[in-house]
Amino acid sequence: MTETVEREVGRARPRKEDAHLITGQTTWTDNISVNGLLHFALLRSPMAHARIERVDVSAALERPGIVAAFSGRDLAEGLASMPCVWPVTEDIVMPDHPPIAVDEVRHAGDPVAVVVARDRYTAADALEAIEVDYDPLPPVLDLEAALAEGAPLVHADKGTNRCYTWPLKTGEDFDAVRQRAEVTLKRRYHQQRLIPNAMEPRAVVVTPIAASGEYTLYSSTQIPHILRVLMAMVTGIPENKLRVIAPDVGGGFGSKLQVYGEEAIALAVARRLGRPVKWTESRSEGYLATHHGRGMIQDIEIAANRDGTLLGLKVDLLVDMGAYLMLITPGTPLLGAFMYPGIYKMDAYDFTCTGVFTTRTPTDAYRGAGRPEATFAIERTMDELAAELGLDPVELRRRNWIRHEEFPYTAIAGLTYDSGNYEAATAKALELFDYDKLRAEQSDRNERADTVRLGIGVSTFTEMCGLAPSRILRDLRYVAGGWEAASVRMLPTGKVEVVTGTSPHGQGHATCWSQIAADVLGVPFEDVEVVHGDTKAAPQGMDTYGSRSLVVGGMAVHHAARKVVDKARKVAAHLLEASENDLEFTSGVFSVKGSPEARRTIQEVAFETFSSHDLPDGMEPTINAEHLLDPDTFSYPHGTHLCAVEVDTETGQTRIRSYVCVDDIGKVINPMIVEGQVHGGLAQGIAQALYEEAVYDEDGNLISGTMADYLVPSAADLPDFVTDRTETPATSNALGVKGVGEAGTIASTPAVVNAIVDALRPLGVRDIRMPCTPERVWQAIEEARS
Amino acid sequence: MIPPAFDYTRPTTVDEAVRALADGGEDAKVLAGGQSLLPLLRMRLAFPELVVDVGRVPGLSGVREDGDALVIGAMTTHHDVIGAPLVRRHAGLLAAATATVADPAVRHRGTLGGSLAHADPAGDLPAVVLAMDAELVARGPGGTRTIPAREFFVDYLQSALAPDELLTEVRVPKADGWGFHYEKFHRVAQSWAIVGVAALVRRDDGRIAEARVGLTNMGGTPLRAYACEEALSGAGDAQAVARAAQEAADGTRPAQDTSASPKYRAHLARVLTRRAVLTAAGMG
Amino acid sequence: MTHITVKVDGTTYEDEVEPRLLLIHYLRDRLGLTGTPIGCDTSNCGACTVELDGESVKSCSVLAVQADGGEVTTVQGLARDGEWTGLQRAFHERHALQCGYCTPGMIMAARDLLRENPHPTADEVRQGLEGNLCRCTGYQNIVRAVLAASEEGVTA
Repeated sequence: MTETVEREVGRARPRKEDAHLITGQTTWTDNISVNGLLHFALLRSPMAHARIERVDVSAALERPGIVAAFSGRDLAEGLASMPCVWPVTEDIVMPDHPPIAVDEVRHAGDPVAVVVARDRYTAADALEAIEVDYDPLPPVLDLEAALAEGAPLVHADKGTNRCYTWPLKTGEDFDAVRQRAEVTLKRRYHQQRLIPNAMEPRAVVVTPIAASGEYTLYSSTQIPHILRVLMAMVTGIPENKLRVIAPDVGGGFGSKLQVYGEEAIALAVARRLGRPVKWTESRSEGYLATHHGRGMIQDIEIAANRDGTLLGLKVDLLVDMGAYLMLITPGTPLLGAFMYPGIYKMDAYDFTCTGVFTTRTPTDAYRGAGRPEATFAIERTMDELAAELGLDPVELRRRNWIRHEEFPYTAIAGLTYDSGNYEAATAKALELFDYDKLRAEQSDRNERADTVRLGIGVSTFTEMCGLAPSRILRDLRYVAGGWEAASVRMLPTGKVEVVTGTSPHGQGHATCWSQIAADVLGVPFEDVEVVHGDTKAAPQGMDTYGSRSLVVGGMAVHHAARKVVDKARKVAAHLLEASENDLEFTSGVFSVKGSPEARRTIQEVAFETFSSHDLPDGMEPTINAEHLLDPDTFSYPHGTHLCAVEVDTETGQTRIRSYVCVDDIGKVINPMIVEGQVHGGLAQGIAQALYEEAVYDEDGNLISGTMADYLVPSAADLPDFVTDRTETPATSNALGVKGVGEAGTIASTPAVVNAIVDALRPLGVRDIRMPCTPERVWQAIEEARS
Repeated sequence: MIPPAFDYTRPTTVDEAVRALADGGEDAKVLAGGQSLLPLLRMRLAFPELVVDVGRVPGLSGVREDGDALVIGAMTTHHDVIGAPLVRRHAGLLAAATATVADPAVRHRGTLGGSLAHADPAGDLPAVVLAMDAELVARGPGGTRTIPAREFFVDYLQSALAPDELLTEVRVPKADGWGFHYEKFHRVAQSWAIVGVAALVRRDDGRIAEARVGLTNMGGTPLRAYACEEALSGAGDAQAVARAAQEAADGTRPAQDTSASPKYRAHLARVLTRRAVLTAAGMG
Repeated sequence: MTHITVKVDGTTYEDEVEPRLLLIHYLRDRLGLTGTPIGCDTSNCGACTVELDGESVKSCSVLAVQADGGEVTTVQGLARDGEWTGLQRAFHERHALQCGYCTPGMIMAARDLLRENPHPTADEVRQGLEGNLCRCTGYQNIVRAVLAASEEGVTA
């Protein structure tokens, strides 16, 4: 019998990660310096679309301190096209994507030349000496116009701007359902482009050992393991001669779930010069060069009966791929394909997604990746339907959601949700929010025709986390698997090393994996160290994104630790001259049932194994263990979010008055970390609703091109949140965990927009495009009045 | 990003500074607190050959009284303006508006004179000194001259200062007994004002005897809403103020940019003027 | 090149620098004090906040030559003999950081805030930190940490 005493799991442990971060003893990639380090800078296209007629780097080369300069053509040899690992359909259009442009630039910011210098100032100056002649081509910016016959093409050789069309039809035929529906509602929503804005700008350092052809690539990345495989393919450097290290990484939110041209360029330049090189983006450079998120037009049609019963949902998406397909650009919206029906029961679901090339910075995963878009569409539509039917929006949801006793439930899109309790989470949220009182105040303000209106927004959601069962990924045509690796090493002194394939950049894996391992092994939390983010030290992994780390990687740690205990048990039984079945294991101590004095701690067993003087016959001298976990299924966290806003109808200004969310993420390893994840997610989701947008002008220039123009909210712009939880354990894993990284972002955006529309509905407003800027709100009111 | 190279001098007297500016000509730039200049340099939107750092010139900061005016040194930081008891007592509008400028760290470095000389119509302080009928004192090779605020802001990012002139002090008439309010409308705390309204109101016998309204970001320069000011005179209640505020955008030419359209800015100017005046007049 | 003398975290340095050298690059690239990071190029994010002569400044918007003769304190100079300051402790205990990139600037800004206003309200903390952006925490735990430090009478 193995009994795990839960001492650590569930405990609000302050983090192990903090010490070096709050004292400045950090290793951000840009902090790394070695002798002889060179800095490179990239000249980027000032135009959205142009043929490159000429690149002349000779004047730059003549400047003092310039070691080398290259055009795209100079570097092209030895660099393959940048990879996209998610060709979502058989006939998807996959354009060539050189790490540095050779013949044509396709978005403002596309790199065209490199200078390599002794320091970053010299490099920056030399960019001005590079001459480039461009022959302008028409920009492609409008998603619908881009698909029209005769539209200018982003990739002329492909003959179309359509990247792919991906359909999913489940249940009954939607048209048939529409026929019998008493009510149908059509809406169009715009998911604006967002810039992820991880606080640490991207940076790359490569240290080569030219003589032996070995390279170490440091990168501010979420995915050192995937990066290594793909960089080996792009550069031709043998994978076993390429070491990738993700040192301290300052946030990602999907933007560092990427394989970037600059990483390939850094390797190419280091290989050419045999010298270590560094590149660090400035924030405004990153706004052009680091992938964007969202960027989608959603056409939604919902069919229902007058009593509110949902019958079917039709979703038609046009998604802005940007200029090239990055790592998972085409697949990102499809992560939402299964989530548009949300937590609701219905008979028909008809989904189509079309990817479109434009001459803008490529899009790819941004916090939530597909799932926030899905939740936004269904939750906005549910509020519209409730208004149409004269039902309270909570009541409409209640009439349609899957009831807790119906789990496991195979939802219309084909996924089987293992567990959940939407009633409980919603009841708790309503109580914390004081829903009825706010509704009363709202009617009062409406009756008085107050210039400041109150609105209440509801948003319920579920998401698929724990990416991902490899077989499902195969079915979705994703190239790789979704497993995660962990190994647990008991050191001779009794200390523990947990090696994980996840690659944290703020999530707190070192703390949480320590909590998990400490419980299984019965060792002190402090005695566990977590090793990650270095392909030499943690050679196997699928990295960190998509709320997968705990559900897949944390569970792998759990299983590996259990294997350690199983091996240790054999040694302990041998040492105690007892049968394995007669051993108890509690809090790190093996003891013989009935004779408690006969005991060995797991640390003692570790030392005995190290000395190997007296091991069971045939046993390898180790109790270390490794586990690769490929999950059977996804996990499905859910929650109910409620937002109250005050809208100043004279200026259009929105103020969030209160925000309550109750999330159900199953069992919790560290409630303090969970709360922090929810807070941060809410901030990002609210920012999409109110503040942020990557704005392009008609020539394809990014005009929200600096942090002064792209409005990342500060503490002064956000409210205090009330967060709480219900706990319905996942049934798909031994710890009952579900994942939390994206929950806040997914649910908050529609909650805020629903609240604003709710406030203004009595004035005739039906929708406001995001971000709901004061001017857009004011305009909507003006239009409704006229 | 990284500033372009420039020559640098750090004069220790005003005369030295003026001489350096005269030598540098059009390609010289004054560095005060640097909170406007450094971001411009980093984005490589400015390429001065010579930067004249006046940060060590004694006597350019601090606040003193001179009869009916306050004299505020051009190098007085925003932080020190906000905290100066004389400013709070006699020029509350300036203190209130300065507290909305950027953020605390920027306010530690940024200076009153620097903000005014930058002449950005989206900056908060130009409209304020305009509303306060301040005077700006500049020293050039030919000596000192005093420029009324209403003549100082010539065009977008362009002041009346000659390239070889240094702004040394700002003379603000004491506004004792005037009610005041700065109403700043922006999307996030540290973003520029979409529109700002600086209101000063003198009341007499329950009515507005005199009002001055300065507008931030309603044109290429900061503006006074003269028509509105005139209409406010004699206003005795909120309705009268509201009527007068309808004229706040008259004669303005606000810009179109990512944060607002001209039409919306004009609308905001009217709404915010009403609010600012009502608050300043204690009628709100 | 301009000769400067700057005291940083208790040590005096003399250097010849280009006038255009930003204080943040002087700290990071010349002195190797990489504890203070850079997050933007428009002085919006506050990641690079340090103290110059006792006041918080954004070191990306100060030239190294402007710090000549001055005294700079960075996050690396706060702990004494390994003993964290109250704010550092509060940030740890209240989980006021995730990726930690904004943390040095946030702590320096919070220090300044508490020096000016030792007992701020939650709203004053939010206003006082308006120049420091964080993308991970949603700020709530940062506000809590600053309030907690304030309650403990911590001003550093």
